Amino acid sequence: MNRVRNHVLISIDAGTIMAGARAVEKALTEEIVRQGLSDEITVLETGSIGATGQGVIIVVYPEGVYYGNVTVQDIPQLVEEHLLKGRLVKRLLLSELPKQHVVTKEKTGLLKEQPRIVLRNSGIIDPENIDEYIAREGYEAIGKAFSLKPEGVIEEIKKSGLIGRGGAGFPTAMKWGFAHNAPGDQKYIICNADEGEPGTFKDRLILEGDPHKLIEGMIIAGYAIGATKGFIYIRGEYSLSIERLEKAIAQARQYELLGDNILESGFSFDLSVMKGAGAYVCGEETALIESLEGKRGHPRLKPPFPAIAGLWHKPTVVNNVETLANIPEIIWRGATWYRGYGTEKCPGTKVYTIIGNVATPGIIEAEMGTTLRDIIYEYAGGIKEGKKFKCALVGGAAGAFLGPDMLDVQMDFANLKEYAAVLGSGAILVMDEDADIVDMLQSVLHFFKHESCGHCVPCRLGTAQLVKVIDRIAASKGIKEDIEKLSNISDVMRDTSFCPLGQSLCLPISSALKYFHDEVYARIPL
Amino acid sequence: MDKEAILKKFKPTLDNILYILHDLQDENPQHYLSKDDIKVCADYLNIPYSYTHSVASFYTMFSMKPRGRNIIRLCDSPPCHLMGSKSLLDYLQRTLKVTTGETTKDGIFTLELTSCLGACGVAPAMMVNNEMFGNLTPEKVDTILDKRRKEL
Repeated sequence: MNRVRNHVLISIDAGTIMAGARAVEKALTEEIVRQGLSDEITVLETGSIGATGQGVIIVVYPEGVYYGNVTVQDIPQLVEEHLLKGRLVKRLLLSELPKQHVVTKEKTGLLKEQPRIVLRNSGIIDPENIDEYIAREGYEAIGKAFSLKPEGVIEEIKKSGLIGRGGAGFPTAMKWGFAHNAPGDQKYIICNADEGEPGTFKDRLILEGDPHKLIEGMIIAGYAIGATKGFIYIRGEYSLSIERLEKAIAQARQYELLGDNILESGFSFDLSVMKGAGAYVCGEETALIESLEGKRGHPRLKPPFPAIAGLWHKPTVVNNVETLANIPEIIWRGATWYRGYGTEKCPGTKVYTIIGNVATPGIIEAEMGTTLRDIIYEYAGGIKEGKKFKCALVGGAAGAFLGPDMLDVQMDFANLKEYAAVLGSGAILVMDEDADIVDMLQSVLHFFKHESCGHCVPCRLGTAQLVKVIDRIAASKGIKEDIEKLSNISDVMRDTSFCPLGQSLCLPISSALKYFHDEVYARIPL
Repeated sequence: MDKEAILKKFKPTLDNILYILHDLQDENPQHYLSKDDIKVCADYLNIPYSYTHSVASFYTMFSMKPRGRNIIRLCDSPPCHLMGSKSLLDYLQRTLKVTTGETTKDGIFTLELTSCLGACGVAPAMMVNNEMFGNLTPEKVDTILDKRRKEL
């Protein structure tokens, strides 16, 4: 057998494919053959390394050198200089690494060292190869889980203090406990991968970069609640995620990690992927269940909660991708280890997507309790072009605008609630001093009008009225009472809408008016 | 693949309706769900035509009218909006001489808006069929459109 001298990893995700990663990969493989290096050098695909807007990214191991914005034209030089002669191609080194050019994974792309739990393997392993996941202690946690009773698994998760990462911030162990205790011959576990919150793409990167972690998390969740069948409901637009996940499931079946009597534990479990068809409201768990059953994605009346009567009225747990990706690590390393990260009330890490007017937009994993200032200035390189920070929309379209006074608040689910804000999906959209708040609010309200499912009157009519009012203000044709109208309508929607979609609209509106009342008022003609 | 073969891939149970509709639409040369598509799906699942139509029309990825060879889905969620998707929409409408939801006369393009594509790191972004494009400018859009015009 030949000894492989170098591994060249090429990041294949939606962003790098856009930048031409497939063509670069092909050229790289051909060039390596042409230069007679194919016995010594292996090219592997990996998921996102967390930096976006850096074009095609290539990492050379064992040195751990990161190259960005690589084009097909660069390949002959790269192969000859680095892979043949062992010299760095300086002009292609990732520019965001000013202090050192040769770096370890944790320091790459985004500026600060990140604790990686959820994204531990992302950008390191080949997501289409189960052996690489197993080599990184993958599927060890299911063995450990089976040695505990289902109650023991739930107890461990409870001790870890894990809170659901989907946005509502509900303790995961409690949800599992309800479903575990609910009577029923058949139970289900569903992974909510219908990632639609504007500005959020963390779940996609987990699915593309480390699909086996999710599968392992779902097996453990299924074991804990007593479900033999799981579904992954995924956005129809996420074609690469769907493809990778289906491959991963097939591999897990082949290794008998899915199917009957897994690891001779007596526990049987299988998974299916369900492709959504474009409806934001299906991110709401009961609407998602309706959609899985083959209906319009309308939310259901709660209670009964899905843990009691969910899919086909059987006890069902719906968990977010990021929540489930935390599970194997917690079980394998233990709750005490997990509590070493994050805050007392919200242990662990959070995956954020940080975007908008920042120097290096991308995805980061930071401890719970990290401040907005650290995320923007330390991890994302500050505001683009040295401009001033105006505000950030935190938590997606259904989140709140946070102004400069919130920069130093510790962000976790519990603490933000005290400031009438939410962590939501972890999307952070940063706006600089030039951003037009009326324009942004208009965009948010149009989004909700389009996505309102029409099931209940307050949301259906409310979103339409709000759009009318904000359009009028944006066109400088508003009247003084319009500002109050925005608040009134959204308050009524909060109190009377059927599901969180309509209820949460008051948040962006009230926070925008809190900080920028004068700016909105200035658009009203005298 | 003919319609019969598509249907046969799935068990005739209601939870397969989205799979079937996706596949029928993908196979339709005009990229939409025709009345006949809805009808074969309804008959196969043994449910009313009206019910099938109500499900199909709920989801934005399904179209009830014929579409062009290339479906442009421009993201207009707040992150892309902040980074200038509105001026791109104006540009696309002017260049293609259509408004949102319409198909060009030559049948090459249909212009649609979509909610967040999760490509916010390279906003503004759009999809053309299954391909994603980011950091868009009018010049870049021109290049993308020209390439598609030449494909037959």
